[in-house]
Amino acid sequence: MDFLQNFDWMLLLRCFVVGGLICIIGQILLDKTKLTSARILVLFVTVGTILGGLGIYPYLVKFAGCGATVPLTGFGNTLAKGTIEAVKQSGLLGVFTGGLKASSAGIAAAVFFGYIASLISKPKMKKQ
Amino acid sequence: MNSPIDTKKDYQEYVNQKSPNSPIWRNCLNAFLIGGLICSIGQFIFSFCLYKGLDDTAAGAIVSIILIAITAILTGLNLFNKIGKIAGAGSFVPITGFANSIVSPAMEYKSEGYVMGVGAKMFTVAGPVLVYGISTSIIVGLIYLLFNAQAVLV
Amino acid sequence: MQKLGKQTIKFDTPPTILETACIAGPKEAEGPLAKYFDQCLDDEMWGEKSWEKAESKIVKETVNTLISKSGIPSEKIEYCFAGDLLNQCISSSFGLRELNVPFYGIFGACSTFVEGLQLASVFVENGINYAICSASSHFCSSERQFRFPLELGNQRPPTAQWTVTACGSAMLSKEGNGPYITHITTGKIVDMGIKDANNMGAAMAPAAFDTLMTHFSDTGRKPSYYDAIITGDLGHLRKRYSYRLVPECRI
Repeated sequence: MDFLQNFDWMLLLRCFVVGGLICIIGQILLDKTKLTSARILVLFVTVGTILGGLGIYPYLVKFAGCGATVPLTGFGNTLAKGTIEAVKQSGLLGVFTGGLKASSAGIAAAVFFGYIASLISKPKMKKQ
Repeated sequence: MNSPIDTKKDYQEYVNQKSPNSPIWRNCLNAFLIGGLICSIGQFIFSFCLYKGLDDTAAGAIVSIILIAITAILTGLNLFNKIGKIAGAGSFVPITGFANSIVSPAMEYKSEGYVMGVGAKMFTVAGPVLVYGISTSIIVGLIYLLFNAQAVLV
Repeated sequence: MQKLGKQTIKFDTPPTILETACIAGPKEAEGPLAKYFDQCLDDEMWGEKSWEKAESKIVKETVNTLISKSGIPSEKIEYCFAGDLLNQCISSSFGLRELNVPFYGIFGACSTFVEGLQLASVFVENGINYAICSASSHFCSSERQFRFPLELGNQRPPTAQWTVTACGSAMLSKEGNGPYITHITTGKIVDMGIKDANNMGAAMAPAAFDTLMTHFSDTGRKPSYYDAIITGDLGHLRKRYSYRLVPECRI
């Protein structure tokens, strides 16, 4: 297949490693501190947004592709990127429109699929 | 007579001593492998979208949608929480964690009704992510606007 | 009845625990006490449409089992003390709707059952013939209320607690041949500053320890007076903390 021949395997490797490392940071926070997973996610999103705003995170994206965009820090970066682009286009209005516009696909999908899942499935008892 | 519960500090040290720790090396390894795997699946989808002629933004959106859909299916099949038990941060740090944190309360609160249960409580776990992410991005936008006022307004 | 020391009451005509009943969930049925349960369930729903309805059914069936085992008709039961973990104790109040017995809803979290026994025993000591107490909890309904949705992929650390799915109940009577409740010691709230939501065993151990120590000093007895001292709660590590604490504070 043409696609597989031209595929950048080194990028995939960097993606795997960087994505894994970001998850390790989350795991260490989970095990060594009293932070709950919700607070860790808030931290990651906020850090991602700030690093995106500072122009640092895009370098990581270029280096590791989805290894940087799939973790929640990448979601924060998307929010920042979207906001800045909208500010460039529409000034003050863009401050409010940009973030949600850029992340709309993810939020809409999560809400919709969540709703569908609630129609179809029932929660089951946890096994220890 | 000294006892471990003479003071709060003594007791807290005593508890830390006696409490077994999570097996951190094993957890980090699992988080690394599964987190890396999820990102790699995303990368595969992303590259395929580019190959088909889509631009970066559209490809990124499609990666999010597909990963979220897969998470919703796994959560609905009662499988995601089994993965999460092993993977820890490896499953909740990627966007799969965000999706699971919306799908699982949606399923759970169905017994409280579709409007006040599913509809209202869907965001109990993921809500803070949206609040702080969006608020931070607005602050970033305002700061950017301030620093680039001439470039933008002129 | 007389007050002993700071927190203990001694009964002059000790009430008898006439009968007990317990229904437990599938996970509890795997434990060492399974053969003592009146009924073990195959699943946590028990045919109901929600966890809360299932918990109410467990409460109702447990108390019905208790009443039929004791042979005392429910018209003769004068008071009921019941509690659970949910808001407004709905499992107990909905489950026991049809009991037609004067009802006290109580809340003591893990100490609810003993709280019920103590309150009921004070009533029986003072002239009431028959009183029942019950306490229940359900893993799924309390996860939903206090912790996380069941399908959330979160990792539980080794110290994390597991709420039991079960209901236990007891009937106390004025006349009887024991086992007797001769003394009750009511514990205080003891907060040693444990903030980890995943380690409630450690948060509760000091209170258990303090209550035991107070009991010994109020009654003048030593631990060796007793054949068995039994404590228990959500996490299997709580026992570990209290066993260590007692020898380290030799009386």
